[in-house]
Amino acid sequence: MEMTFDKELDARGMNCPMPVVMARKEIMALEAGQILKITATDRGSIKDFQGWAKVAKDMELLDQQTVDENGTHLYIHYVKKGA
Amino acid sequence: MPVDNIATTPGPAETTGLGERLDALESRIAELEEAQPEDKVSMVVFSGDLDRVLASFVIATGAAAMGQKVDMFFTFWGLTALKKDTQLSDKRLFQKMMGVMAPGSSKNLPASRMNYFGIGAKMLRAMMKQENVQSLEEMMQLARDLGVTFIACDMSQNVMGIRDEELIDDIEHGGVGTFLGSALTAKSSLFI
Repeated sequence: MEMTFDKELDARGMNCPMPVVMARKEIMALEAGQILKITATDRGSIKDFQGWAKVAKDMELLDQQTVDENGTHLYIHYVKKGA
Repeated sequence: MPVDNIATTPGPAETTGLGERLDALESRIAELEEAQPEDKVSMVVFSGDLDRVLASFVIATGAAAMGQKVDMFFTFWGLTALKKDTQLSDKRLFQKMMGVMAPGSSKNLPASRMNYFGIGAKMLRAMMKQENVQSLEEMMQLARDLGVTFIACDMSQNVMGIRDEELIDDIEHGGVGTFLGSALTAKSSLFI
């Protein structure tokens, strides 16, 4: 299911810790309540974003999806900036 | 008066001293809040090995991205990761020797295993590049962008004869009290 989002981050090809680091940089530029979509190929990013959501005070992990695109697994995360 | 109203209406005996008990409770809560660890990670970077320093910066940038304050204390061999320059004039013999033999900057850090006079470290960097992993220098810049604090240990700087001018700019200086002040109020502290 496609979710609506305000900004998109293409984190394909990035390795740990870059999907999380770049997502933080994008989130810093967002307004409270806006949603960032992150598309990653790093399979660790699934657990990394869950770990982040556990300690985060200013973001919320809305949804995570794994999509198969021509044999490549894409890990998609939807993150909402909090107040 | 209905029977069930009797239990919910406090009598004079139950309200006496309630104000003091509330005050005591409030000050206890304030004490507990003060004792709560902060959203912070404190690290000692003791090692000057490329792989270990790299691991420190992966954790540091990750933690900073996750909204944690990060303090990194560089001591002994870890200081070589912060070097930008080597000056030999006006140094004692051993400190001069150390200046010549120790890595002159982060670019010259050895690998902890299979270094073989620097070939191992070069190989490791090439492998990281192939796998699209950020270089140590890029990681360090990212850490700075995310607000990670770098603190150089004064005592080891003196022992190793490393002057402030030989280290990169915009770093803090401190000692064991600085580290413990940070570590004891942090949620996590690491020695690498």
